[in-house]
Amino acid sequence: MLVVEDLQVEFGGVLALAGVSFSVEPGTITSLIGPNGAGKTTAFNAITGYLRPTRGRVAWQGEPIAGRRPCEIARRGVVRTFQRTSVFPTLSVFDNVRTGLHLRGTAGVWSILGRMPRVSAEERRLAAAADEILTFVGLAHRRDERAGELPYGEQRLVELAVALAARPRLLLLDEPAAGMTGAEKDRLVALIRKIRGDDVTVLVVEHDMRLVMGISQTVIVLNHGRVIAEGAPAEMRAHPEVIRAYLGSSDAPA
Amino acid sequence: MIARAAVALGAVAAVSAPLWVANPYHLHVLIMAGIFTILALSLNLLLGYTGQLSLGHAAFFGIGAYTSALLALRLSWSFWLALPAAALASGLAGWAIGRLALKLRGAYFVLVTISFAGVISLVSINWMDLTNGPLGLPGVPPPTLGPWTLRTKTAYWYLVLAGAALTYLVCHRLVTSRIGRALVALRDNEPLAESVGIDGTRYLVLAAVISAAMAGVAGSLYAHYTRFVSPEVFLFSYTVTMVIMVIAGGQGTLAGPVVGALLFTALPEALREAVAWQWQMLAYGVVLVLFVFFLPRGLVPALNDVRRRAAPSRPPLQ
Repeated sequence: MLVVEDLQVEFGGVLALAGVSFSVEPGTITSLIGPNGAGKTTAFNAITGYLRPTRGRVAWQGEPIAGRRPCEIARRGVVRTFQRTSVFPTLSVFDNVRTGLHLRGTAGVWSILGRMPRVSAEERRLAAAADEILTFVGLAHRRDERAGELPYGEQRLVELAVALAARPRLLLLDEPAAGMTGAEKDRLVALIRKIRGDDVTVLVVEHDMRLVMGISQTVIVLNHGRVIAEGAPAEMRAHPEVIRAYLGSSDAPA
Repeated sequence: MIARAAVALGAVAAVSAPLWVANPYHLHVLIMAGIFTILALSLNLLLGYTGQLSLGHAAFFGIGAYTSALLALRLSWSFWLALPAAALASGLAGWAIGRLALKLRGAYFVLVTISFAGVISLVSINWMDLTNGPLGLPGVPPPTLGPWTLRTKTAYWYLVLAGAALTYLVCHRLVTSRIGRALVALRDNEPLAESVGIDGTRYLVLAAVISAAMAGVAGSLYAHYTRFVSPEVFLFSYTVTMVIMVIAGGQGTLAGPVVGALLFTALPEALREAVAWQWQMLAYGVVLVLFVFFLPRGLVPALNDVRRRAAPSRPPLQ
């Protein structure tokens, strides 16, 4: 379970997060929504170590993680994607995923320089795992292409594949559907549903309300750096505070 | 296919070099090219694979040269012990610089490496008791191998060739491993690399240590070849030469630094024979400018592109 308590992030006197508390139940798909500037990405950054919160606590499986470095948090199974497309552009799609598998490898400098048999065995295992993930997200046909040269929607899938490779137990997706076509979004929804399991919790920031309402068990609504409502998708759609927050905003929950 | 043939041809040419290089001066140039190949490979590990520019790489070269020379002269260590000690000393320096500067990276790393080279150079000039100051350390003994002393250029060529081949092998194994993928990931997109658990600082420091240790090996080979070490080994122009070799050859490729080192050791010599001395540096500069204009990513990636266009059915990545 992810527990966020009184999380506060301040940028030069402006409170991007003004004491946010919520928790994410294990094995669920939970969405974090809110108008632009509500603090959704800031919350992601503070949870995953890209920002040091000025106050508050973040605990994953009972262990405090706020203030730790991103790589340490990733090692604990909390893995994120980024709002802006973020792949390793010069690497092939296959190598993007193999890079994501970093933590599943154990080979150290000396065994690599000595080309120990177990290093080659590990490389074969990682390559097989990478291919498996590529098939899972439907990118097997792009395996050897340079990730930076793929169409936008497919780059987003590469991102997802890289995150999955890191074997997340809590997967934080920052606007995963942004820039995707309708068909791509449908595929994404199906994938997210498949990813979520007893062992994998998913937390999504997303503007596409149809998508959010369709996949989430719980929706948390942020506005001006505060949680203004939290509950099942249907309740949130009818919640007066939520409607007020979105009023005049183009991405109103329809 | 073509690449494999080129490598095989290069290997044969390198091994047989003493047979067809009659002029001992040319063999000397070749030995220096071998030493610079190690240096270029070393710099490339940082610049090409992690994207961090060390502008003080001559410092690691010089530390290796002085360590090896001092151990051989003062403590009568054999070359075969002095060489790894040189690698260790340079590697330690690389660790310290990496720890200091790689938390900030980028421009900070460049500045710290430049300053480090400056400081080390001053130490070598002023610590008379240890380094003999600007006079340098003459009489560094040549390596011995069993009953033989590697005094001839031919013997030394094979020693340097072995050193360069070993360095290449180390680079090859590293960059094709999970560590190499982590380095490239940090170069390409550091936040994303961190998000999948790659510890940026740790891997960049590791790259700095290995890179510096390789430069130390080159320094040791240089000291026992020229048999003389002076503060000149810290010259900034050595670093510039390494950077030119890596960029012109193709940073982030394994063959690039080798090609760059051969080319830019041979070029000044070729110019020396072809052009009047007033024009040598100018011609060198013109060649460099042409490189930057027409082959900005370096010779080897450009050749790879040509090869790829000739055989479009092959996968676009190695």
